Amino acid sequence: MMNIPCPFCGSRNEAEFAFGGPVKPDRSDPNTVSEEEWVAYLTQVPNPLGPVQERWWHVKGCGMWLTIWRDTRTHDIVEGPADAE
Amino acid sequence: MLDLSLLIIKYMPMMQKYSAAALLRHGLNRHTTWPRAWRCPPLKDAYDVIIIGAGGHGLATAYHLAKDHGITNVAVLERGWLGGGNIARNTVTIRSNYMRDASIPFYVKSVALYEELTKALNFNMMHSKRTMVDVVQTYPKMRELRRRQLTMDIYGSTYEQITVDALRRRIPALTGGGPDARLPIIGGMVHTDAGVNRHDAVAWGYARAIDAMGVEIHQQTAVESLVRGADGRIEGVQTNRGLVRAPKVAVAVSGHTTTLTETAGLKLPLRTMNLTAFVSEPVKPLVDVIVNCPDAGFYFSQSDKGEMVIGGAPDMGQSFRRDIKQHVFEDTVTAMLSLFPSFKKLKLLRQWGGHLDIAHDASPIMDQTDVPGLFITAGWWGGYKAIPAGGLTLAHLVATGRPHDLMSKFTLKRFRHLDYVMESGTTTAR
Ligand SMILES: Cc1cc2nc3c(=O)[nH]c(=O)nc-3n(C[C@H](O)[C@H](O)[C@H](O)COP(=O)(O)OP(=O)(O)OC[C@H]3O[C@@H](n4cnc5c(N)ncnc54)[C@H](O)[C@@H]3O)c2cc1C
Ligand SMILES: [Zn+2]
Repeated sequence: MMNIPCPFCGSRNEAEFAFGGPVKPDRSDPNTVSEEEWVAYLTQVPNPLGPVQERWWHVKGCGMWLTIWRDTRTHDIVEGPADAE
Repeated sequence: MLDLSLLIIKYMPMMQKYSAAALLRHGLNRHTTWPRAWRCPPLKDAYDVIIIGAGGHGLATAYHLAKDHGITNVAVLERGWLGGGNIARNTVTIRSNYMRDASIPFYVKSVALYEELTKALNFNMMHSKRTMVDVVQTYPKMRELRRRQLTMDIYGSTYEQITVDALRRRIPALTGGGPDARLPIIGGMVHTDAGVNRHDAVAWGYARAIDAMGVEIHQQTAVESLVRGADGRIEGVQTNRGLVRAPKVAVAVSGHTTTLTETAGLKLPLRTMNLTAFVSEPVKPLVDVIVNCPDAGFYFSQSDKGEMVIGGAPDMGQSFRRDIKQHVFEDTVTAMLSLFPSFKKLKLLRQWGGHLDIAHDASPIMDQTDVPGLFITAGWWGGYKAIPAGGLTLAHLVATGRPHDLMSKFTLKRFRHLDYVMESGTTTAR
């Protein structure tokens, strides 16, 4: 059972959230970056054995999007959204 | 003299043929005389090929290296115990109903190799060919499956649409999904090539066969990092038992690929996710097909012992865990009861999970990497069915340096050219 800290609603069950995927860098401009960087932007995400930064949507709650750091080995949220209690 | 013969028993390859006569003979000795199925030899400091991971793909690759290419100076290094990874955790669905021209013939070949595996390895795989039936509840899904049917037809894989009535006759326990349901069932698709078998037998059968050909399996041998030479080539691997050298190294670690390849400075389009399953208590024969309900998000089959073996949707975030999240479990059960309400009475006995890596386009990656001599087989999301063909084709690549026809599209280069082999969505039934 994973509880996610929502800045608006407080700590809520993961079942109320939709997963928004790992945080990606801003979209590169394919005309200015190298081909390698462009392919990396499109196809690669960090896959750490440890904390990963990701987006969640409190869709069955207040509707807010938030960003957390979660450890992929334990599901511990090692860093919550900046303004969560 | 005695010492020498003990050494021979312990270290020299040999294989006792399994047969009714052998069963009788050893039975008369109260089964105390069966020889070891594989040796436990000392670890050497160099081999021709190192395979990392004694799961299905690692073992099958070693088998085809030895059998098809005569390469036997091979070590399979396993962090835990042989066949204790995802090969022991999956729901054994074997099928070939994929979407792309690059995928279908590969899986058709794998299904065919599985059907012959009991004979090939002299080990009873308890192969049970049974049809897989998709229970379809939305029109987009039905259209997607019909599109697959057109391509599958080219390569001799079977898919056929059936009516709701035929579907309910085929699976009498399917009593939910009626006209008043939120998602009424609109039809079914039948894939007669599917089957299930016994996963331990696959691991043990390959292990016994490669051992007999001289390949060494080293359990409790964890690779900590990949070692490159001054010229950039792969030189060997650093393990908890020291440095082991080889000019060719194949990574077959399912789920941990990036953890290892990052030690050689590689970045790959893979992410690791958790997939889970659970089984019920054994009950009388009730369902004789593999039932896949892609719209509801679960699938199951009944094992020979009578248990319902049930799988659901993955946990969406990246995960290296091997348990099941409560809400994934509850969602899967809820979905199952919507179509099979009588399963409410089933007691569930065990649940578990595994972590697997999945590539950006959901197709496997079998290729030589930018590090010369370093090969990977990865992205096996639903790769139990792929073990025989995966081993066949990776061994071909490692031995000859050229990709096997059946896997020539599963390269790393495809990402460089953004030439995806898109199978996202077709892996939901595993
Ligand atoms: C719940 C679940 C259900 C599934 N259902 C199906 C299904 O119905 N049909 C299907 O086709 N597929 C299914 N799969 C997928 C299938 O199990 C995998 O794709 C397949 O087993 C992966 O290949 P493998 O057998 O080589 O992996 P594994 O058995 O995981 O082998 C990899 C081995 O590498 C070892 N290893 C890891 N790191 C190191 C290291 N650093 N050093 C040494 N050794 C290391 C591990 O210990 C492991 O033994 C399912 C998976 C799960 C989890
Ligand atoms: Zn909220």
